[in-house]
Amino acid sequence: MSAVTAAPPLASAPAARGGTTLTGTWSLVRFILRRDRVRLLVWSLAIPALYLASLGEYTAMADDPEGMQARAALVQTPAMVSMTGPGYGTDDYTVGAAVSNELVLWMVLALAVMSILQVVRHTRAEEESSRSELVRAAAVGRHAPVVAALVVVLLVNVVVAALSSAVLVGAGLEAVDSVAMSLGVAMSAMTFGAIALVASQVTEHSRGATGLSMAALGAAFTLRTIGDMQEQHGSWVSWLSPIAWAQQMRAYVDLRWWPAALGAVVIVVLLFVASTLASRRDFGAGLVPDRPGRADALPSLRTPAALVWLQQRMALLWTALGLAFMWFATGTIVNQVGAMTESLANNPVYASVLGSGEVTKAFVGIIVLYAALGAAAYGIVAALRAKTEEDAGRAEYALATPVSRARWLGANLGVTSAGTVVVLVTGVLALAGGAAVAGTEDVTFGEVTEAGLLFLPALAVFVGLAAALFAWIPKATSLVWLLLEYTIVVALFADLFHLPDWARRISPFWWVPDPLTAGVDWVHVGGLCAVALVLFVLAFAGFRRRDVATK
Amino acid sequence: MTTTASSTTPAVEVHDLRKAFGSVQALDGLDLTVETGQVAGFLGPNGAGKSTAIRVLLGLLRSDSGSARLLGGDPWRDAVALHRRLAYVPGDVSLWPNLTGGEAIDYLARLRGKPDKRRKAELLERFELDPTKKARTYSKGNRQKVALVAAFVSQVDLLVLDEPTSGLDPLMEAVFTEHVREAKAAGTSVLLSSHILSEVEKVCDTVTIIRGGRAVESGTLDDLRHLTRSAVTAVVDGDPSPIAAMAGVHDLATTSNGAGTRVTFDVDNSEMGRVLPAISALGVHSFTAQPPSLEELFMRHYGDELAADGVPTSGDGADGAGKHAASSRAGAQ
Repeated sequence: MSAVTAAPPLASAPAARGGTTLTGTWSLVRFILRRDRVRLLVWSLAIPALYLASLGEYTAMADDPEGMQARAALVQTPAMVSMTGPGYGTDDYTVGAAVSNELVLWMVLALAVMSILQVVRHTRAEEESSRSELVRAAAVGRHAPVVAALVVVLLVNVVVAALSSAVLVGAGLEAVDSVAMSLGVAMSAMTFGAIALVASQVTEHSRGATGLSMAALGAAFTLRTIGDMQEQHGSWVSWLSPIAWAQQMRAYVDLRWWPAALGAVVIVVLLFVASTLASRRDFGAGLVPDRPGRADALPSLRTPAALVWLQQRMALLWTALGLAFMWFATGTIVNQVGAMTESLANNPVYASVLGSGEVTKAFVGIIVLYAALGAAAYGIVAALRAKTEEDAGRAEYALATPVSRARWLGANLGVTSAGTVVVLVTGVLALAGGAAVAGTEDVTFGEVTEAGLLFLPALAVFVGLAAALFAWIPKATSLVWLLLEYTIVVALFADLFHLPDWARRISPFWWVPDPLTAGVDWVHVGGLCAVALVLFVLAFAGFRRRDVATK
Repeated sequence: MTTTASSTTPAVEVHDLRKAFGSVQALDGLDLTVETGQVAGFLGPNGAGKSTAIRVLLGLLRSDSGSARLLGGDPWRDAVALHRRLAYVPGDVSLWPNLTGGEAIDYLARLRGKPDKRRKAELLERFELDPTKKARTYSKGNRQKVALVAAFVSQVDLLVLDEPTSGLDPLMEAVFTEHVREAKAAGTSVLLSSHILSEVEKVCDTVTIIRGGRAVESGTLDDLRHLTRSAVTAVVDGDPSPIAAMAGVHDLATTSNGAGTRVTFDVDNSEMGRVLPAISALGVHSFTAQPPSLEELFMRHYGDELAADGVPTSGDGADGAGKHAASSRAGAQ
């Protein structure tokens, strides 16, 4: 990939030669590789690196067979099932079984996000800007841009699979299982790339296409959790999720290839659907043509906040609805935690890990954490809309009206913060409601809600950091995503990686008290509020003094 | 119009303004004045610093040094108060994709004060703009119209227009010109940045030509024309060669035709008084003198740059003037 260093000409085909609808695909592939060389290189190296780091920990753990079996017991607890897999090989928990059971979920998630972003970026987003128009007007076939985008996603997934296999085999794991598992992960990830392609045909905006695809990923995540909670090794519900297909290959335990074929079939079907939809619509349009709107604005549209609200409300509505649905569904399986606990109760190793009453609370605690991560991601996306506004030149236009910098930023951050609160609160209430509907007695509605609301100060830190970066170093706003990714790593892998305390404290979520399993440390809550406040003040001070980017 | 004490001070007053982006010096000691109630043209090619200067005046960019006053206030510190009294049209309008054109116009106008519904309807009709379409479906020209309607719908003291007609068809350009004149008649000051010379020539009282972030020429159109040359074509009986030797005469060429000798040359306007008697002494059959177009003024300042880029320019770059002269010659026969 890095071998491509110069931008190739877009249309190398001579005019005299005829062409097919795929003419120019190869040139476009090289062009995408050139444009995205840094981000693709980071993805390609990060995934194998994550395998490498975890392998070190698992290998060390395997030196102590008892420790390994304790881990096997731990990963069958409800809280851990929601973070790992269907639990194959827990009778004899080898390094391979641990890798396959615990890591596949996260590798699929990461590569699925990569595939979704990459597909949308090179299909709908290109079409939305007029860049694709420029390319399609050249000697490039009608289907070439889409096929090129898919080829690149396929290429990256294959490269990641090859490097990952090499790392796994290098650590002494079985070669066939390593290759099978890596390809299974790639196949599941590609499925979401294909979903993103369909979404790109349906919606008119890249943001909508990304949102739809991410919703599909969230649904797949939830279905997998619910299915694997219902039954050891997963119920039929698990099989509805492309994530499970990679996990169900049982790599390093009792390898079977056919679940990967499910992915291949679904991908082919999705590509067929996408191409059918594509041929039914015009360039640049969605499936539903635009209807005329109002000639005059509603009387309420007279403040910057009203405008921001108008721009963000649909995204907020769908995010809150989608996530609430996910958390409600997850809440309804909370009562099954008790049943799982009983079936495991005669396992002495397991009993030493957790007291039975605490298990449900630990599980709910993890789901609340997921809900908070979802709300944090929403908050970051919404806060960074300010940067989109500036990059598009709309901030310049808006600030040439009698609207002060503070009022403009305040409108953006106000709507963003309110939206983030809504996403978290509806999510937590849905989870608590789901649990109540299921009739659990281990946690109360109030306890779940309290645990969720305690995340609000940490969410304010994320929004505040996004705003402060936007105000001071707009080019570096993506650093806030890095902090969120780090927060996920700390929340899920801190113990596995033996992260030192100081490293865990960088994560804002580390400071959030968990009233379900411990008391509430109000000093930590106050500290998070103070940090958030400082970040917001910095944001306003910085945006007031800097130049507005000009197009 | 608010004719307060500020009517005596210029609407825009910029002195020795400097602004650098990294190593690029976008403004390098710019001077610019727009007198109250006047329409000032701000001419220069892409990258000359026009938009940077306008963005400093709008308080979007902070200048490195120099002074800038807008309607008697400080463009950075008093931005909000000043923006209540001005309207801005960017050269590349980016609108909120999910708003219709009509909604965007209302929103922008409401921020400035209470919009006049009748005036909005009138402007929409004049500019032939459908306000019910979503902004993302508008062409570039239509987005530009939205910004123009939003600007003209408010009664303001100053219009800041940054290449406002890019993407408009000639009919709409005429509508635009009309509204600028109307605004001027109502006492509004206008700063019109452009690289379309005919547009500036039609509506502007004064012109500032900017190059490399600095004003190279400024004054009224008449002032500027004084500094330059006219293109003269005449058919005479006598021998015009002595004229070639006169001060201020350039590029003299002769061809004989049936009636006499056709002579063409450029003459410095300051020397016109001395050249005219000399040529009339030769027995004149026909005579045309073409005043310098703004294009010629412009080319005189930028011609060398174009030549360096391989764009052919004739002599001192008076391409357009040459064409005008040719057509008037044809008309004379």
